[in-house]
Amino acid sequence: MNVTRLGNRQQLQQLLAFGGLVVIFVFFSVASPYFLDWANVKGILLATAVTGIMALGATLVIATGGIDLSVGTGMTLCSVMTGVFLANLGLPLVVGVLGGLAIGALIGLLNGLNVAYLRLPPFIATLAMMMVAQGLSLVISGTKPIYFSDVPGFGQLAGGELVPGLPNAVLIFFVAAVLAGVTLSKTLTGRYALSIGSNEEATAISGVDVRRWKVVIYVVAGLFTGLAGVVMASRLNSAQPGLGLGYELEAIAAVVIGGTSLRGGKATILGTVIGALIMATLTNGLRIMSIPQEWQKVAVGIVIVLAVYADMLRRGKEA
Amino acid sequence: MTDGPALLRATGISKSFPGVRALDDVHLDLRHGEVLALVGENGAGKSTLLKLLSGIHRPDAGTMELDGAPMSPAGPRQANELGISVIHQEFHLMPDLTVAQNIFIGREPRRAGLLIRDDELERRAGRLFERLGIPLDPRQPVAHLSVAGQQMVEIAKALSFDARVLIMDEPTAALTETEVATLFRIVRDFVSPRTGVIYVSHRMDEIKEISDRITVLRDGRYVDTLPTAGTATRDVIAAMVGRQLATGVRPEPAPGVADREVALAVRGLSTRALLKDVSFELYRGEILGLAGLMGAGRTEVARAIIGADRSSGAVEVNGKPVTVRSPADAVRHGIGYLSEDRKRYGLLLDQDVVRNVMLSSLPGMTRGGFVRDADGRRVAAEMVDRLSIRTPSVTQRAKNLSGGNQQKVVLAKWLVRDCDVLIVDEPTRGIDVGAKDEIYTLLTGLAAQGKSIVVISSELPEVLRLADRIVVMCEGRVTGTLANADATQHHIMELATRFGADRSLVTTGGDA
Ligand SMILES: Nc1ncnc2c1ncn2[C@@H]1O[C@H](COP(=O)(O)OP(=O)(O)OP(=O)(O)O)[C@@H](O)[C@H]1O
Ligand SMILES: [Mg+2]
Repeated sequence: MNVTRLGNRQQLQQLLAFGGLVVIFVFFSVASPYFLDWANVKGILLATAVTGIMALGATLVIATGGIDLSVGTGMTLCSVMTGVFLANLGLPLVVGVLGGLAIGALIGLLNGLNVAYLRLPPFIATLAMMMVAQGLSLVISGTKPIYFSDVPGFGQLAGGELVPGLPNAVLIFFVAAVLAGVTLSKTLTGRYALSIGSNEEATAISGVDVRRWKVVIYVVAGLFTGLAGVVMASRLNSAQPGLGLGYELEAIAAVVIGGTSLRGGKATILGTVIGALIMATLTNGLRIMSIPQEWQKVAVGIVIVLAVYADMLRRGKEA
Repeated sequence: MTDGPALLRATGISKSFPGVRALDDVHLDLRHGEVLALVGENGAGKSTLLKLLSGIHRPDAGTMELDGAPMSPAGPRQANELGISVIHQEFHLMPDLTVAQNIFIGREPRRAGLLIRDDELERRAGRLFERLGIPLDPRQPVAHLSVAGQQMVEIAKALSFDARVLIMDEPTAALTETEVATLFRIVRDFVSPRTGVIYVSHRMDEIKEISDRITVLRDGRYVDTLPTAGTATRDVIAAMVGRQLATGVRPEPAPGVADREVALAVRGLSTRALLKDVSFELYRGEILGLAGLMGAGRTEVARAIIGADRSSGAVEVNGKPVTVRSPADAVRHGIGYLSEDRKRYGLLLDQDVVRNVMLSSLPGMTRGGFVRDADGRRVAAEMVDRLSIRTPSVTQRAKNLSGGNQQKVVLAKWLVRDCDVLIVDEPTRGIDVGAKDEIYTLLTGLAAQGKSIVVISSELPEVLRLADRIVVMCEGRVTGTLANADATQHHIMELATRFGADRSLVTTGGDA
């Protein structure tokens, strides 16, 4: 009896975010005839992909009660390094892509070590990494974009359509989401992330090596950053060293809109996916309605407040 | 007397924290097949000793042996592997995880070494509960459990290891009689010629019932080890506190209570989850006991009155109807509430004693918007003195105080706030016999000064010792109101089980 009640509860949470998405979707469909155009929907999905992949990793970190501000510029650094590997050094495609992921893991490793062993607050550790990554991207690229025009097949990674009509970037996002979901709910990494976010001291007393697992969690999050970097580079067919700043806030917003608690202990990957879709849909819809960019930001801000407040109402006082 | 080495032995143990010598040359030996009680006043060093045995802290001096072999666990995990299992005084649970996930944290069974098998986890937890006879649902998130339920999870977790030494630090502080009986059955089942139990408690009747020998600590020093059978309780207490205490006191019958003013009237209080039409009156200068089993709704009544939970019904203060929407409203109307869960609602663990004591009274402690720290320190020092709070200084952080002394800090906070109506929920949980007596005197003194007090307590002797009148609750309803003179433990239990005993460890209240 209890079980079904709990099950219903979780479903309700996702229903709520999903309901929000549907409302926004319907609203824009009515407001603009171009909105429901498949090309436009595809654009929304594409826009979701990169932020969404970053948000997946951020969800894991936020589950521990931490925060990751380095996903945006970290993603850029991974793009740039992929460019270095493929365009500048001419390494094979697979090596270049894996290299990009590895840079993401390295960023996560450093974040994790700083948080777990130097005991820096995650906000500070990842803020520092955000700046370091931004600086390095500019230094390494000489502040100029790196183009992949001479790297055959790279653009197809994200731009191709393995499933006809659906860009690979979107496919990659969905596969990554499934992986992240399994990681969160079925592996030790996810379980200990939630456990640390719920009560760090108790987790340690229970004999879990909290420091080691924190490092693991940040590394896994870093892998998602790396993946986002590769997808971004492939989509643009270039690495843009000036991009990235501000993406981290969009990712965090997606996580929060999805119902993951910033205090840690509670997280949902499906929620994050829906959150990312809401963010992209909103931006896209407002643009189609020719709302100026400045006002788009205002609207997004309001939606964040509404979404999180609705989530708190649903949970009662506990949130 | 014993052949062969003791099961667990600690010799010459010393341990200091900054400013405190918590243990000084302490001995302890646990024999095979026995329950050894460990007693001492708040801050005597009991929990510290247990933390050394379980590898959370390391001793400054001294040796520990397990079955004659030297041991020095480097951490809780290693202590577990050695066969030492501990139920700590403070809960160590992850509220967002389920009961089963909590119990097996760090030991999750996995498929292909990667994917956690939650179904298997739940099966194991279910089997464990069946074996122990604990009515818990493995899939319930811990946040939804009552304090008693959480305690049972801790107990189950400790017994889920193949332990030889079971150490329990005040496991019954949050339990009612039924659950204590369950625990004692579990302990008796556990004890065998190859195992032993160390049991810390402030409740002498329990120690009498469950233990074989009693080791007494005072001020971080070893006093004596006494056989339970041949020792009178008052002698144990005397060894603990170094003096004799009066027992069995009942309050003087207050003449003409009915003529006095009503300080707080509660009429038809109901909540969606539990309470049904709860009404009672609290007179000025009276101590009113609220008795009942766990889950009867006593805490819910308090939370409804102070506006922490939504409810219907009316509350009157000094004859005037008031609307209380939040605890801040309640304080404004002169109603203070001392929570039963000091960790969650009572203390700022990372703040010092001064901050904690001043928390509810800050507006009265400012000049031109600035907090007058000197006043705060003075008041806090006064409270430390008045309640004999054991702390090296008023700037010690709350989490470094012993459990009982933390409780006194919470009490001090409300004494400073000086409310007319005080609702105290389990005011002596985890407090030693000597300090209990001091708190009783204090509450009685406050009532004599004209304050009105509601005491919620699971310990019937405490209710009988303090309350002028006793309101008994069962399943969210008031089943009777007794004058102290007419009340007996038996009579109260009868009223408390009017609708059949409550077996559930899950809070029925909607609050998480
Ligand atoms: N981590 C710590 N830092 C500083 N002082 C500490 C720490 N832990 C314990 N103490 C101090 O050591 C002394 C012994 O504390 P301990 O918790 O062992 O007492 P106890 O006998 O368990 O008391 P209680 O019955 O109240 O639980 C106390 O004065 C306490 O303030
Ligand atoms: Mg203690």
